[in-house]
Amino acid sequence: MKILVCISKTPDTTAKIAFSDNNTKFATDGVQWIINPYDEWYSLVRAIEIKEADPSTVLHLVNVGGADSEPIIRKALALGGDEAIRINLEAGDAFCIASQIASVAKEGGYDLILTGKETIDYNGSSIGGMVAELLNIPYISHALKLTLDGNEVSCVREIEGGEETDKVTLPVLVSCQKGMAEQRIPNMRGIMGARTKPLKVLEPVAVDALTQIVSYDLPPAKEGVKLIPADQPEELVRLLRDEAKVI
Amino acid sequence: MVLVIIDHADGKIKKSSLEAATYAAELAAQTGTTAEALIAGTISEDASLLGLQGIKKVHTLSDVSLNNLDAQVHTAVISEAVEKTGATIVVFSNNSYGKSVAPRLSAKLKAGLVAGATALPDTSNGFVVRKSVFSGKAFANVGILSAKKIISLNPNAFHIADGGQKAELVPFAASVPQPKVTVTGTEKVTGEVSLSEAEIVVSGGRGLKGPENWYLVTDLAHALGAATACSRPVADSDWRPHHEHVGQTGLAIAPNLYIAIGISGAIQHLAGVNRSKTIVVINKDPEAPFFKAADYGIVGDAFEVVPKITEAVKKLKGIS
Repeated sequence: MKILVCISKTPDTTAKIAFSDNNTKFATDGVQWIINPYDEWYSLVRAIEIKEADPSTVLHLVNVGGADSEPIIRKALALGGDEAIRINLEAGDAFCIASQIASVAKEGGYDLILTGKETIDYNGSSIGGMVAELLNIPYISHALKLTLDGNEVSCVREIEGGEETDKVTLPVLVSCQKGMAEQRIPNMRGIMGARTKPLKVLEPVAVDALTQIVSYDLPPAKEGVKLIPADQPEELVRLLRDEAKVI
Repeated sequence: MVLVIIDHADGKIKKSSLEAATYAAELAAQTGTTAEALIAGTISEDASLLGLQGIKKVHTLSDVSLNNLDAQVHTAVISEAVEKTGATIVVFSNNSYGKSVAPRLSAKLKAGLVAGATALPDTSNGFVVRKSVFSGKAFANVGILSAKKIISLNPNAFHIADGGQKAELVPFAASVPQPKVTVTGTEKVTGEVSLSEAEIVVSGGRGLKGPENWYLVTDLAHALGAATACSRPVADSDWRPHHEHVGQTGLAIAPNLYIAIGISGAIQHLAGVNRSKTIVVINKDPEAPFFKAADYGIVGDAFEVVPKITEAVKKLKGIS
């Protein structure tokens, strides 16, 4: 069994969101970088659990990013995984990223590929589906649970207003979200071990971008809260009906 | 031509697909073309009514196997439809169906995808689509560089038009591949409003002190016809099911009205709800950060205030 987990670098959840260069670039000054929480807490930990249940499992991590991604890759290796591959390309267009991962995945012949349901910066939910299409394998998105029985995979995935259980035969790509596993903290042994685990750096394959970010902007600031006295809740209801017109 | 892909469940077209249909029709008008729709699978509604949203022609592929989602199969079918109809722009709703299928279609057609669009594109210079990024904390304007284009529209980001003429129905014949994914069960929360499509959401946090006090949230939600949600600590403590968790690592929602009761408004929570059009915060702590992101607020004890709001809503709606 070979598993590939895709790891993305994102700003910390509390990072201040600001832009530079005439609003064309995310301002990275003072930003702490983390492993995208969906990649770390759910897909990586679930893959580690599978390897713990069957130690013959080979677990590789892949990241598309510059050398500044290496601290978060080492952190991921401290949680688990045998080795990591970094494709030396600044992450931008989703199709370019997906093409890099697909190229590594083709080479490695993985049975199970896991991604987070989305990254918390670009919120595209796109990489998993694109990689699956490029590899011509099934894709199960937004999975809350994943169980393996030989070659059979069973997933519970979120749908509008409920859940659905899907069955599929390996190989498959699954995007993971809350429910899949519990967040772990790397221990000292893991952190020490991660320093000597292989981290291969590959040069990217040439792919034309399909999209390009032109500019960013911040939502307009709220005008300020209108406070209603606690003993006049009917005034709130009136404002919601007559002023905000939402009820 | 702009082709909108209609998502449906239990025989009914989803509300978010009606938004996507309206968006497709307005985009078609903006770019001097027409909008058509594709329904893969079977519905019990009259599909020609998509004309009300401005759709001219509805391609129907009535194959029951397509009522289940195998993203690979749906991608193959839609790709064939794009080719046969000559569509140059494909529109999805960015719901669970759109998130499963649109990226695959993008890779298959080498068509640039903007997932999470919040407005019609700017076509004055290129083709630039505005989308929500950084979990609702900012917007990015993304240019699509390829000839074929795909847009996934965020639910609740666009209105639903209802003024057009009935659309023409055209049966669409495609070879439907054998699915590799088998759906073995579906569990739906019945009788409740779906959180991602809800126009009004009432949400509770730790300030409610325990699951036994959730009647405050559900009573108000029932009076308003709203969906219920909760903050992360509440879901983590198993006071409420995980699917109700809204926030950065839960569901991101954008209802017309979001009412937060006993939620302090940590930045991670705001990330999931700050696209809501109107935000009401009820909290006994006047320093709660949520008040800064709110439109209306009441500083007070939820246990006293919320039942009175519920009564006032019932009175307004004539329920008592």
